[in-house]
Amino acid sequence: MEPTDTSNPDYFHKVVDCQWACPAHTNVPEYIRLIAQGRYTESYMLNRHSNVFPGILGRTCDRPCEPACRRGRVEEKPVAICRLKRVASDLKGDVTDLLPKAPPTSNGKKVALIGAGPASLTVANDLAPLGYEVTIFEALPKPGGLMRTNIPSFRLPVDVLEFETNAILDMGHVTIHYNHRVESLKALLDDEGFDAVFIGTGAPKGKELNLPGRAEADANIHIGIEWLESVHFEHIDSIGKDVLVIGVGNTAMDCCRTSKRLGGTNVKVMARKDRRYFKASPWELEDAEEELVDILENHSPASFVVEDGKLVGMMFDIVEWHEDPESGRLKSTKLDEKLIPCTDVILAIGQDNAFPFVERDIGIEFGKWDMPVVDKTTFMTTRDGVFVGGDAAWGPENIIWAVAHGHQAAISINNYCQGVSLLDRTPDTVKLNSAKMGLHEWAYSNDYSSKGRTKMNHAELTARFKELSLEVELGFDIEQTAREVQRCLNCDVHTEFDAPLCTECDACVDICPVNCLTMTGNAAEDELRQKLTVPALNITQDLYVSAALPQTGRVMVKDEDLCVHCGLCAERCPTAAWDMALMDLHIPQAR
Amino acid sequence: MSYIKKPVARHPALPKNAIGLTVRDYEGSLSTLCAGCGHDSTTAAIVQAFWSLGIEPHTAVKLSGIGCSSKTPTYFLGEAHGFNSVHGRMPSVATGANAANQDLTYIGISGDGDSLSIGLGQFCHAIRRNVNLAYICENNGVYGLTKGQFSASADVGSKSKKGETNEARPIDPVMLAITLGATFVARGFSGDKGQLVPILEAALRHKGFAFVDVISPCVAFNDHKGSTKSYMYTRENYTQVTEADLVPLRREIIAKQVAHEATTVKLHDGSVVTLRCPEGDYDATDRGAAFKHLSELKERGEVATGLLYVEESDSDMHSMNRTAPGDLVAPDWDLLCPGNDRLQSLMAEFR
Ligand SMILES: Cc1cc2nc3c(=O)[nH]c(=O)nc-3n(C[C@H](O)[C@H](O)[C@H](O)COP(=O)(O)OP(=O)(O)OC[C@H]3O[C@@H](n4cnc5c(N)ncnc54)[C@H](O)[C@@H]3O)c2cc1C
Ligand SMILES: Cc1ncc(C[n+]2csc(CCOP(=O)(O)OP(=O)(O)O)c2C)c(N)n1
Ligand code: SF4
Ligand code: SF4
Ligand code: SF4
Ligand SMILES: [Mg+2]
Repeated sequence: MEPTDTSNPDYFHKVVDCQWACPAHTNVPEYIRLIAQGRYTESYMLNRHSNVFPGILGRTCDRPCEPACRRGRVEEKPVAICRLKRVASDLKGDVTDLLPKAPPTSNGKKVALIGAGPASLTVANDLAPLGYEVTIFEALPKPGGLMRTNIPSFRLPVDVLEFETNAILDMGHVTIHYNHRVESLKALLDDEGFDAVFIGTGAPKGKELNLPGRAEADANIHIGIEWLESVHFEHIDSIGKDVLVIGVGNTAMDCCRTSKRLGGTNVKVMARKDRRYFKASPWELEDAEEELVDILENHSPASFVVEDGKLVGMMFDIVEWHEDPESGRLKSTKLDEKLIPCTDVILAIGQDNAFPFVERDIGIEFGKWDMPVVDKTTFMTTRDGVFVGGDAAWGPENIIWAVAHGHQAAISINNYCQGVSLLDRTPDTVKLNSAKMGLHEWAYSNDYSSKGRTKMNHAELTARFKELSLEVELGFDIEQTAREVQRCLNCDVHTEFDAPLCTECDACVDICPVNCLTMTGNAAEDELRQKLTVPALNITQDLYVSAALPQTGRVMVKDEDLCVHCGLCAERCPTAAWDMALMDLHIPQAR
Repeated sequence: MSYIKKPVARHPALPKNAIGLTVRDYEGSLSTLCAGCGHDSTTAAIVQAFWSLGIEPHTAVKLSGIGCSSKTPTYFLGEAHGFNSVHGRMPSVATGANAANQDLTYIGISGDGDSLSIGLGQFCHAIRRNVNLAYICENNGVYGLTKGQFSASADVGSKSKKGETNEARPIDPVMLAITLGATFVARGFSGDKGQLVPILEAALRHKGFAFVDVISPCVAFNDHKGSTKSYMYTRENYTQVTEADLVPLRREIIAKQVAHEATTVKLHDGSVVTLRCPEGDYDATDRGAAFKHLSELKERGEVATGLLYVEESDSDMHSMNRTAPGDLVAPDWDLLCPGNDRLQSLMAEFR
């Protein structure tokens, strides 16, 4: 193999599994170190720089970082990255003076944002401080999008949400019009003189389930996301005793848990497939089951059963799934039928996009599934100056993706308004700074704790069912925090190799606790992976290959997969051929 | 040297040996030697050898004298028995321990100072008695622990770190061991585990005194230009006289594709050492020829490595002294203390 090109900023970035997996590339290890030092405010601000909503995300994020966390490969459970983010938010000091602010005078450019969900709010967050006059149109009376209307307050307290939405809305040069549904994009574009428009309207339509009895039973059949919204705005405050929730995604989890708090005593989640195929995150399933919700597998809805014009139950086909050997698709065989009595049904089987306000003759091309064609890099539609992001762009995702889209769209809008090509985007840059402070002294704690993942404490079950908005997760206390931060492996403190210095003494190879170093004759990647001290079979993780070593011409190869960043290789190296170096990764935003 | 404990995390795919242990189960505590010391690498080779032979760590005994090298038993086989003796006296302690219990696996670690100066007499007599012991001399040409004075193995003309030249003639422990009649004599290099590990495995399996001289550079005091025991010098002047491989009883023999004929030597426990000579004709089972060949290489300034002499004979210390079979822990009380009647009759013999 050729020596690894470490000047490519992606090389070391990838080694930081959590940061690489985070759509907004939040600097996880650094914020954890700041928490470890008790610098919660700094940690909050570092988070905010990338993900804009640390308090919200510290409770609700889909956490793609956690399954990616190296700790999950080295041991069993990843670092509780998300919970630690909440710690930074809960314990931060007064950040008023640290929050970005709009300059006194605007730059004269006007940008319209449709919808006040996380995608639009991120665009506002990035553009207002640059002097843009930002106008937000929101159909509902309050900001936040689904974060407000659909994520129940027992998972996300309203004051946490409002603190973070207000931080943006109060920046200056941001105007928001509530109860203002944009009905015609054409009118907005033609009449209002905006330099650019961003569509952040989400995926607002809950999917229907058209089975026999649907119309007759309508009064007791609810569309999940609409129902949750009505609960949030207190239009609904009760439900029948026996509730069936159809679907087993994250929306279903919020619906069943909310039902439990509004009078549902017998709440069942009905899944068509078995557990392996559930869409909900494992922790949401756990939380629902802790609240005594039954989850029934392999029940495929067949009809709504209505007596005297009233819903009394649902018929299900009991099915079994097998893979079709030819197509590889899952197919079901019906084994039986079953009636399950109920008072109410909540449909939580997915969301659709809808663009009723976008005329089809204004230069915005629509493609498959009646979705606008949006460029993956620039987030611009086929009409110059109209951008899309968040769930509206390619269908329902989550908050952190909406934020990531928002940052990228803001770069494009800024370029667009300044007459710079949208493809003229500043690349990421990376710099490594030696973490060496002394003979065995590093600028990070290399002695990580091998303890297991810290458990989150929850509010009492009885209390939860009494008060709808009682937050279930209590957050980590100081001891739990102190314990959990030490589990982080500091993957952003990289092993950096300088081949000409190596005397090939083997010290690093011998000391490495996870056997990730090898000195061997060079070969093509496949062969080299096999030749290592322990073969490197996880091909999603790179090999770090040195130039030829001075004494024997062999190469030093590091399998990045399991390195625990303990720094022992560097401590053992007599010539400092290995060093531990802290990554300074710069990911540009609109400026 | 490091302040932290080695992390407990292990590679989940780390191979297991015949008794289900990974190489990490053969480690000791973290070394406190200088970073890059050849002794640490030798330690890693010892760990590897014990692991691949599948020796249960608690059935091993590790003994040493004084020196950086002699500190290293702390860094391997944390569960083994150990004895850190007085300077140069490891052979006596090993002899005594082995006399008491011949069922354990013995490894002695010494240095060129410990073996060739203060302990030279002990070294010679352990060979003479053919104690069943793998004797490893971690040879760096200096007294590392006392800050780099020339040792008795320093070559004429070799320069110290301060620039002084050694004029005293060296004692070559390999030549000495061959002359004294050692039954297993080898030399390896800490920087070449591919060669060193099989030699150590064979040494551990050999019945009798197995001597392994390991060139093991001292990075702090003897790894500079002008030194004849540095990583660089050793790599440049390294001649592999034989290539050894130990084929334990259990393992299937897989013939390596090599140009030279292999000699095989059967060890006492049934395992086999195969020897190949990349240099052409070298007979590691002919003491006189081996001595002559090695002297010639030495004249040319070459560092001869490999398994240099091997002879598997029955006459170790126990057979020469006709000791009772088994160890002194196993026999029951009646055998160890036969009672007053036996004592009285013994006493009568001396009257
Ligand atoms: C029940 C449920 C639970 C969820 N839980 C989580 C979770 O725990 N973690 C997570 O990361 N994600 C979660 N999500 C997903 C997440 O909420 C969304 O992916 C995210 O909010 C999308 O952001 P957005 O800005 O694209 O759109 P949205 O948040 O959907 O915001 C769109 C906004 O646009 C407004 N709007 C729509 N049309 C118009 C119009 N024509 N004119 C004016 N305004 C308009 C809407 O009123 C809304 O306020 C959940 C989703 C649901 C349904
Ligand atoms: C009886 C006695 N004399 C002298 C010493 C001082 N001393 C300690 S280590 C050492 C030499 C060790 O040299 P070597 O065996 O080559 O070990 P190295 O440190 O080089 O590995 C000496 C002379 C001592 N500890 N005890
Ligand atoms: S920091 Fe070095 S010694 Fe530690 S795990 Fe990584 S490669 Fe191995
Ligand atoms: S410890 Fe340093 S000098 Fe020794 S092999 Fe490793 S990188 Fe090379
Ligand atoms: S002084 Fe020399 S022999 Fe001793 S530990 Fe340091 S490098 Fe090794
Ligand atoms: Mg020495």
